[in-house]
Amino acid sequence: MARTSPRTMRRLFHTMLKIRRFEEKIVERYPEQNMRTPVHLCIGQEAIAAGVCGNLKKGDYIFSTHRNHGHCLAKGMDINTLMAEFYGRITGCSRGKGGSMHPVAPECGILGTTAIVGGSIALAVGTGLASRLRKDGRISVAFFGDGAADEGIFHESLNFAALKKLPVLFVCENNFYATNSPQTARQPHDNIAKRGESYHIPGFQVDGNQVLTIYETVKKAAARARAGKGPSLIECRTYRWKGHVGPDCDYERGCRPEKELRDWMKRCPIELFQGHILANKIITAAEINHFIKAIDKEIATAVKFGLESPLPDKTDLIKHVFFERE
Amino acid sequence: MPWTKVFIDQDDFAATPATDGLRWITYRDSLREAQMQMLQHDARVFILGEGVDDPGGIFGTTVGLCEIFGKDRVMDIAIAENGLTGVAIGAALAGMKPIFVHMRMDFLPICMDQIINHAAKWCYMTGGKVNVPLVVRSIIGRGWGSAAQHSQALHSLFLHIPGLKVAIPATPYDAKGLLVSALNDGNPVMFIEHRWVYDYKGHVPEEIYAVPLGKGIVRRQGKDATVVAISQMLYEAVKASKALAAEGIEIEIIDPRTLNPLDEELIFDSVRKTGRLVIGDVGCRTGGVGAEIASRVAEKAFPFLKESVAIVALADTPSPASHALEMAYYPGAEQIIASVKRLLGNNKVSELAPVPGEPTSILFRSR
Repeated sequence: MARTSPRTMRRLFHTMLKIRRFEEKIVERYPEQNMRTPVHLCIGQEAIAAGVCGNLKKGDYIFSTHRNHGHCLAKGMDINTLMAEFYGRITGCSRGKGGSMHPVAPECGILGTTAIVGGSIALAVGTGLASRLRKDGRISVAFFGDGAADEGIFHESLNFAALKKLPVLFVCENNFYATNSPQTARQPHDNIAKRGESYHIPGFQVDGNQVLTIYETVKKAAARARAGKGPSLIECRTYRWKGHVGPDCDYERGCRPEKELRDWMKRCPIELFQGHILANKIITAAEINHFIKAIDKEIATAVKFGLESPLPDKTDLIKHVFFERE
Repeated sequence: MPWTKVFIDQDDFAATPATDGLRWITYRDSLREAQMQMLQHDARVFILGEGVDDPGGIFGTTVGLCEIFGKDRVMDIAIAENGLTGVAIGAALAGMKPIFVHMRMDFLPICMDQIINHAAKWCYMTGGKVNVPLVVRSIIGRGWGSAAQHSQALHSLFLHIPGLKVAIPATPYDAKGLLVSALNDGNPVMFIEHRWVYDYKGHVPEEIYAVPLGKGIVRRQGKDATVVAISQMLYEAVKASKALAAEGIEIEIIDPRTLNPLDEELIFDSVRKTGRLVIGDVGCRTGGVGAEIASRVAEKAFPFLKESVAIVALADTPSPASHALEMAYYPGAEQIIASVKRLLGNNKVSELAPVPGEPTSILFRSR
């Protein structure tokens, strides 16, 4: 941990804060029913997006899932177009055709986002293959959940990436639930990180609420991938505070034990890291307040941009079914 | 298994040696040549598929390409169809132009998540910002008892999915020209071949050329009835046309060449002239492309119809194995003839003349 510079630590903290404040703003505004798109919030899981993307260059690719907001922000996506997309506006990143589940930002390596569980895994292997064939030096990250580790495509993708030594990082965010099905109901062993072993892929199981641990682990894996030594599998153990979809907590509906959520909330990734960097004088309380003010201003601007942007025209419906050359 | 000797009446379509200086090659060699030339001319193109580098080379269509271009560009892969389709899509998103080859069309259902949920949707759900230049080659493998899981013609399934293009070439000329277009289109293209036409020869220029997606062609002109013939049914329609001509009935044969986009205007124009429409398909009837074409004609060209539309297609059963059942399963020239005659008010099917067997390759000298 000591190797991470103060500058990087502040950056990681800022990213986590930004994701948290962004998601909390959605919780606040969602009941207005102007965001007519299913939102899958990542509150409680911010450390993974920050820790992983903190190691990536602008041209590196990431593929995310229905729970993608944090990944997109951490990768540097424009917050205005992301918010406008949630509001279904023509100024949205996907011109109002993707919604919350399909953001895109090719300029920062987000070539699209899939909401079919497991889909992100093969796509990242595909961009990894393109990078290897073209020798462009980029790496690709597949974000996916513990539910996706049950899919056949997880194994198909790991097998191929290992065989071709592709520059891919498989980042499993294990929040222990696939929608409402607990991991124990789906998997005979709690061993997602070890599933790479049979493909000779190094696996790491890390605390998904400790951003520095994630950052340092991914740093090594990314260097390995860039050196042409092949993929790594990183299982980050974490917990989502909100329900599978929507702004509410699902323990109220009996989906999970309330105590389980309360215990995890005591291990808030942002509070954990904030305590660490304050104690080590990496940051001051005043600087944190300044971060929060600036982030909130940015988010407020994005909400305004989204709400004031025009909706798509009816004639936009049939556009973009196919790519057309100019 | 003698795939190359399955029940094809070679005499009907024997190659006519080129006497006029035109170059004649088989459908199989046309596909191979298209891929070879595209690999040479476009560094983004690569081929992946189970067995693409083996001595058989996907029924000869990829033979020797791995030796020329290496294993990175002609890539043998694991039998993990869905995952590898996702990999191909990912590579396409990053700007590569993969050709994913399946020896049997029956393997495509394994890839449906990636084809339907990902490839077909990507351009739309990214608001047109990212496209998927992917070609999926697959082969309809009729006959020799291949049965229910090795001889399906599933082209119609893909018509229902916005975002997919569907090319179904019947001739060597179109096999190359459409493959070139598919690779340069920038969209996911389901490229559907028929195993029975692999040995047929036709004129294929040596240089790279493109047959545009969405442009059908009149293969034979006629005034009495329009026969839209899909894939291998083209050859059955040609046979039928000879038998009917002997009785003074002239059918117009249309090969749509691509099913999405579909050149419906070409079909409407022909129906305007003939007033009668028969659709010959190589797939099952219900929910098939025959029904789609019939509905479009009913919606947009109804005043031109003198009779109801006839569809010649497979019965709604899985493909059988026994030769006897295959014979009953696959319709051909005789059913086309019977349908044409029925539309012309002549139901004396029992008086049909035998189907003649002259070479028909003359048809395919040009577009």
